Amino acid sequence: MSIVNNASIHPSVDVSQRELLIEARSVSYRIGNRQILDSVDIAVNRGEIVTLIGTNGAGKSTLIRVLLKLIKPDQGSVIQHPGLRVGYSPQHVHRDSILPLTVRHFLALGESISLDQIRELLEEVGVGNILAQPLTGISGGELHRVMLARALLRKPDLLVLDEPMAGVDAASQSELYSLIGDIRDRYGCGILLVSHDLYMVMADTDTVVCLNHHVCCTGHPQTVITHPGFISVFGKDLSNTLAIYSHSHDHDHSTHRPEPETSGRHA
Amino acid sequence: MEDFFLRAIVGGLGFAIAAGPVGCFVVWRRMAYLGEAIAHAILLGIALGFLLEIEPMITVLAICFIFAYLLARIDQDMMISTDALLGSISHFALALGLVVLAFMEHIRIDLISFMFGDILAIDSFELMTIYTVAAIVCLQVKWQWKNLLSITVNQDLAAVEGVPVEKTRLLLIMVLAMVIAIGMTIVGILLVIAMVIIPAAAARCLARTPEQMVIVATMIGCLAVVSGLYGSLTWDVPAGPSIIVVAGVIFFLVNLIPFRER
Repeated sequence: MSIVNNASIHPSVDVSQRELLIEARSVSYRIGNRQILDSVDIAVNRGEIVTLIGTNGAGKSTLIRVLLKLIKPDQGSVIQHPGLRVGYSPQHVHRDSILPLTVRHFLALGESISLDQIRELLEEVGVGNILAQPLTGISGGELHRVMLARALLRKPDLLVLDEPMAGVDAASQSELYSLIGDIRDRYGCGILLVSHDLYMVMADTDTVVCLNHHVCCTGHPQTVITHPGFISVFGKDLSNTLAIYSHSHDHDHSTHRPEPETSGRHA
Repeated sequence: MEDFFLRAIVGGLGFAIAAGPVGCFVVWRRMAYLGEAIAHAILLGIALGFLLEIEPMITVLAICFIFAYLLARIDQDMMISTDALLGSISHFALALGLVVLAFMEHIRIDLISFMFGDILAIDSFELMTIYTVAAIVCLQVKWQWKNLLSITVNQDLAAVEGVPVEKTRLLLIMVLAMVIAIGMTIVGILLVIAMVIIPAAAARCLARTPEQMVIVATMIGCLAVVSGLYGSLTWDVPAGPSIIVVAGVIFFLVNLIPFRER
């Protein structure tokens, strides 16, 4: 598996002319006495793929919910580009068979749109044949694509995908990844991706933000992988990506210095 | 046809028309227990009506509104589960209603008629109220259809797409409160939620889209009202329970029929 070779800064990301879509500034959030987010900074520019990585319970979904203004942070602020259109694919979509909803009807809920447009969009995300299927009757992988289609219906400036690979087998994953890359090119939108998949982080991302309640490190994948904050979360054996969750990381890496290209925050 | 019987059918149909669309949202969003809790506050409304010497229908509507609003405000972060909280509040309201009514010694009321409905004694003021409520309910559901369905499927997604989630949720609860208030006169406090849930649940097997389910639920409700009333006249059995029995039989029958796709 070639990790670094696939990592290239996308041509559409011009560092001098960045259009900031969304930004969180030192956001903190706690539930009871558990500090879920501790002074977190994150930003997404147009044409950029930002991948938010971290283990389960690191606060990834909470950060997304704060960014989308679904919950208010205790401290800090969220700045959205005026008139920002967000396409969102939540991590969990509860499907209940008591509600008779076909894929077509589900998509039509998002925007007023013609049948032809829905068909075209489903083709685009690679599931043109499930238009008339009940939402409860499609597979997990198909559901992710339908959610992606629903998000794209809004012609978004920013696409927020929370764990779009959950329950998707390896073969379909790489397909879905290249689809997400294509979408960035075609729509020229910014993409914020939540993932715990190291391979994806390396392959197609402009900026990685490594979260463990605070931002351990952030930067381009190539520089992040050598960052002590990253290593302490994901371990040195980067090719062994499946082992990443076995690490405990209540770490203190204040003795380390961040790499020059990487801005690191240390708790 | 006798005048009282015609009025009963007209009133019952009005209730079924209002209960169909709202009932679907109640089963989709699992609000049955919330509906039952609102129904349990009805006796308080009746007592209030006697106390203030105005039409009980008005005070019942008012109490259902207030009660529904309070229930909608239940904080999700409480130590007690919503389930236990609803159960506590609703039965407290029911018991309080009974005690308040007992204090009003000058009034002799027929509790049974409130518990199980008194559709055959329905008067023209009640008829008017039922149809006003039915009209408001149907129009609100029609106007807010997309928003209501959106928050039912996924609240976060709806919020990101610009649906006013809290407002829409509150609207649905208020509409449910109105339906329950008018249902009191038809099938009574104990059975009113049945008339909201059963037709909608029965409609599930026969519908392939949410819109179809609303229409089928309404039709099943109407069928239950008409046949239940005829049954009660023929065999001289109470009208409210007869309507629910018919609805229940329809529910079991459609679930027995095998369908290729549900």
